[in-house]
Amino acid sequence: MPKPHGGKLIERKTSKDKIQINEMPTLEINTNLSEDVLNIANGVFSPLEGFQSRNDLENIVAHKRLSDDTPWTIPILLDMDDKQLNGLKEGDTVILKNSEVGLQALMNIEEIYSYNKKEIAQNVYGTKDSKHPGVANVINMKPKLVGGKISLIESKNREFDEYNLTPHETRTLFKQKNWREIVAFQTRNPPHIGHEYVQKTALTFVDGLFINPIIGKKKPGDFRDDVILASYDSLIKNYYLKDRAVMSILRTSMKYAGPREAIHHAIMRKNFGCTHFIVGRDHAGVGNYYGPYDAHDIFSEFPDLGIIPVFFRSFSRCTKCGSVVNDKICPHDQKYHINFSGKKIREILNDGRIPSEDMMRKEVAETILKFKEPFVK
Amino acid sequence: MAEEKDEKKFTTVSIPTPLAEKIKKQIKGTGFTSLSSYVTYILREVISGIEEESDDAFSKEDEERVKERLRALGYLD
Repeated sequence: MPKPHGGKLIERKTSKDKIQINEMPTLEINTNLSEDVLNIANGVFSPLEGFQSRNDLENIVAHKRLSDDTPWTIPILLDMDDKQLNGLKEGDTVILKNSEVGLQALMNIEEIYSYNKKEIAQNVYGTKDSKHPGVANVINMKPKLVGGKISLIESKNREFDEYNLTPHETRTLFKQKNWREIVAFQTRNPPHIGHEYVQKTALTFVDGLFINPIIGKKKPGDFRDDVILASYDSLIKNYYLKDRAVMSILRTSMKYAGPREAIHHAIMRKNFGCTHFIVGRDHAGVGNYYGPYDAHDIFSEFPDLGIIPVFFRSFSRCTKCGSVVNDKICPHDQKYHINFSGKKIREILNDGRIPSEDMMRKEVAETILKFKEPFVK
Repeated sequence: MAEEKDEKKFTTVSIPTPLAEKIKKQIKGTGFTSLSSYVTYILREVISGIEEESDDAFSKEDEERVKERLRALGYLD
């Protein structure tokens, strides 16, 4: 199993008994930032121990690395305005709070600093276009950044916790299963036949498959989280060996930073204990901001990443071959190829129909159709 | 951000001149833009290869607690 990123699995937790919560100032943070706190505390973002300082931010933006040269491509930042900071200064200790997640965390403020939004947008997202959802988020950030270590005090039980494993837990699980090489697959949709082909092709060469759906904020028309999980449960139960595939969720927001985010996604899976990470076409892309294989090319900049990318280009069903193919293995003309269109599958399911078995497993489709409303409204 | 600051983040090492010349020739037409970027790449690759496999430092109690949760959730028999 690979070492956690940066060499050590981070666990930043403390007990209520050890601190005087009521005597400390409180900062209310939004749900996305709360997920960041949890990911830091549970080691998903190892080696980070808190929100990033100016030195790390500058290195990430300019060199895609932390200030100690560890690969890191997406800044993890806590933004605040003067009103929120309300006189807080470097050296103070505060409680970060969020009611939705029931989060309380301790933060030692090490640095309060200003930053250049345009530079972050251009370097991290490759554009300053405010129509890019990641850039829009940067533009909307508050003017000050607060860097410093955090320690989780508590968070409440939440929906899908039964699918939510920490890196410590997945590493223990993989060890118990005697898996040495594990390939991670990230998803935000129920599985169609193309996904299964990619997963099983990769699984053929390693010991286990780690299916790791990203759970969280979705846009109208997307599949609901419970539908995605139930559909994967159905696929695993019916079409995978019990000892070769596991699923757990990852709560984090999508940044749509394309190639840089592909590296970030790989790092998180390395922390979960995976040795390989599947990267598809236009991974974490949006609109036409990135080339279809930019998220493949960027991996060549990181000989020290510590997780092996498994690249897949386009795949489709070839009516002449009678199987799922990719552009490396099928000699037949495009006219014989049927693409796995997520949009088309959604339309069929939205009409209450079962897609053809060339597109989606019957059991998976039936599971989805059991939901009265499988899509986000 | 601050180019001046950035300069302090790099240092100079000495390698034999004939080796440097060989490398310069070899990297022509590749993605490497300079001798430094090539040497940095190689050193990062070598250093990461030296890292040993993970030996997670968790206590036995922690391990048992984790296994218990994994069993309760059906991940382990």
